[in-house]
Amino acid sequence: MLKALLARAHQKHRTIGFPQQPPVLPDRLRGRPEIDVALCPKDCHVCADVCPTDAISVDEKGLRLDLGRCLFCPECVQACPEGAIRFTTEHRLAASFRDALILGDKEFQLAKALDEKSRKLFGRSLKLRQVSAGGCNGCEADVNVLNTVVFDLGRFGIQFVASPRHADGLLVTGPVTQNMELALRKTYDAVPSPKLVIAVGACAISGGPYIGHSEQRNGVGGIVPVDLLIPGCPPHPITILDGLLRLLGKMDASEGSAAGKSPG
Amino acid sequence: MIDLANLPPVAFEEFRNMIVSAVKAGARLNALFGAVLPKAGAPGSDAKQVTGDLRLFAVLAQDSAGTLNVTSTLVGDAYPALTPDCPQAHWFEREIAEQWGVKPEGHPWLKPIRFHRSYREGRDAWTRSAEIAIQPGVVNFFTMTGDEVHEVSVGPVHAGIIEPGHFRFQCHGEKVYHLEISLGYQHRGVERALVGGPDKRTIPYMETLAGDTTIGYALAYCEAVEALAGCRVPARAQTLRAIALELERLANHTGDIGALAGDVGYLPTANFCGRIRGDFLNMTALICGNRFGRGLVRPGGILFDLDETRRMELSKRLRQAGEDVSNAIELLWEAPSVRSWFDNTGTVSRETALELGLVGVAARASGIERDVRAQFPSGIYRFAHIPVSLYHTGNVFSRAHVRWMEIQRSIAFIFDQLKVLPEGPVRTPTGPLAANCAVVSLTEGWRGEICHVALTDAAGRFAHYKVVDPSFHNWMGLALALRDQQISDFPLCNKSFNLSYCGHDL
Repeated sequence: MLKALLARAHQKHRTIGFPQQPPVLPDRLRGRPEIDVALCPKDCHVCADVCPTDAISVDEKGLRLDLGRCLFCPECVQACPEGAIRFTTEHRLAASFRDALILGDKEFQLAKALDEKSRKLFGRSLKLRQVSAGGCNGCEADVNVLNTVVFDLGRFGIQFVASPRHADGLLVTGPVTQNMELALRKTYDAVPSPKLVIAVGACAISGGPYIGHSEQRNGVGGIVPVDLLIPGCPPHPITILDGLLRLLGKMDASEGSAAGKSPG
Repeated sequence: MIDLANLPPVAFEEFRNMIVSAVKAGARLNALFGAVLPKAGAPGSDAKQVTGDLRLFAVLAQDSAGTLNVTSTLVGDAYPALTPDCPQAHWFEREIAEQWGVKPEGHPWLKPIRFHRSYREGRDAWTRSAEIAIQPGVVNFFTMTGDEVHEVSVGPVHAGIIEPGHFRFQCHGEKVYHLEISLGYQHRGVERALVGGPDKRTIPYMETLAGDTTIGYALAYCEAVEALAGCRVPARAQTLRAIALELERLANHTGDIGALAGDVGYLPTANFCGRIRGDFLNMTALICGNRFGRGLVRPGGILFDLDETRRMELSKRLRQAGEDVSNAIELLWEAPSVRSWFDNTGTVSRETALELGLVGVAARASGIERDVRAQFPSGIYRFAHIPVSLYHTGNVFSRAHVRWMEIQRSIAFIFDQLKVLPEGPVRTPTGPLAANCAVVSLTEGWRGEICHVALTDAAGRFAHYKVVDPSFHNWMGLALALRDQQISDFPLCNKSFNLSYCGHDL
């Protein structure tokens, strides 16, 4: 027993100060991409050509980048001859609707909080059932990590529960494989209304690397209505947490910006 | 790597005898799979079309000698199954039947493993109608009858944040007599999509085959491609790749031991390890910006170098995490209630493990010396050796203990490598792939042996690409570990294997 207490002292207090304090993120984090179209040579589409999921498109209307498809891989940055595209360490990526994730000429719109009635229902206690529907265990792992002492999800009243009957909504990962479609529908139906659906990761939003495969459904949106989309492959746990807190109205637009950068 | 011209199909009898006798003599089946290859000398033919003769390939390993043998044969609509004489072929032959619509006759357990249509239209090993949808998990499970016998069905959606799979237990009271595992829910068609590559999606496919093994899978793929291209990876990149692979092992082993502690209700270690696992993931992010190592390993080397500041920072963090993880895990071993629970649960004997061809932690915990890093080393492992971590009791304790030994050795290995990091570039161009060749690539991922077999066509594109996740060998080990156990110990047994669903389902 004494050893357990000594170990407890050795391991220290580890819960992060986020969201009151800015998160500490890796300096090489590939967060929200930024494109300086002024640097793009005429008719150049090298970035679009190398993009594994065709997240980047170039046409007469200009260059657009779909964060819902983006794997945040370094291929476009490596390929661009002009350095016009780069990843910032901006971790805030969650959106309320699919089109908001398409970066182009308009300002990026972060996820909005639920309406007042829903916030009253879910704001202080949100129980989620997680469904992995073809996920690679990357998103699953970085959702799971929110339960550790580092993120301590419970302090926000959010908890993952073992039955859809106990849940206020679903958090779905994976492109929704054909073999999981029925299970996802049944789980959704088993959650009492009103209910929320949160899609985490490129797969759940668009199909990710598996877009177009006949074995899957290009994401959750075609199966059940989605209230919150959190892009990434996988999204950093802070990105996921930021999204959940935004949905519950626990962050205002300026809060939780990534000011504290240190390597790692 | 071998030229396919030097690998002519042998007669089926010869093929079967060779595998059966080699395995009886101690060899191991790394891979057994079917492929329909385009006719030689017909470049430009659509690589994804699947018409023609089905060719079976087998890769056999002699672990102690460090040698691999590859053989192949042609089969028609049916052939005499290998499984009755070679249990290691069990899961492979079910896969062959499902993918190609051929029947391994006499197979004692011939059921689908992923629940999809055959790659060859109109062919089905179970003569299922093309009109009726194939439902996952809808299959005749083995059942037990008798007084007070009952069946427990779990999944595909589980109580925690884990991937989907279906488990069917045959129980009498609390005691499990038989567990049947039915997977396929994560099937996303990756193997078939790899044909015709490499292309721009190949790397994302590899990095997400099992997302918790991004480095392991990317490495197995890159080494296959580098062999086909005759590319020599710079020494600095080789070292950094190995560091990343060991960091991946550290994160997962630490998480697993924490989860095992959680499953027996020992919360201090569970909580500490949950956090320390993240520290290891963050070290990978220090190198490449992503906690799972996405974007790091590419054919020809790596994309992110470790500058001097980062090298120092990594050493510093590793030292701290090493102290913390020792502190957390040593605590676990001192709790007698934990020890007695771990000791008496989920035993797989050495004989069973050999017969099933288990790999990775599960094999080493049953006393089998089997580790790609020692027996089939590539990259820096040819020069820097990591001792094989062995324990003999085959139970949950053994699998936890092997992980603990590996944690300590991986930390020591990384420290050594960081001290002697070679200078120079971290990437070199790869060039085109050799045509009409076969290459086998093995990597010791944190779960065990990852085996990739790439077959190229006349244009140097993938005519077939076979992926064997360590879990493919080991799911059956979990099923047998559950026999005569309390059903309430399933989570503990399951976690002690911690197998991949998506890596299996592909």
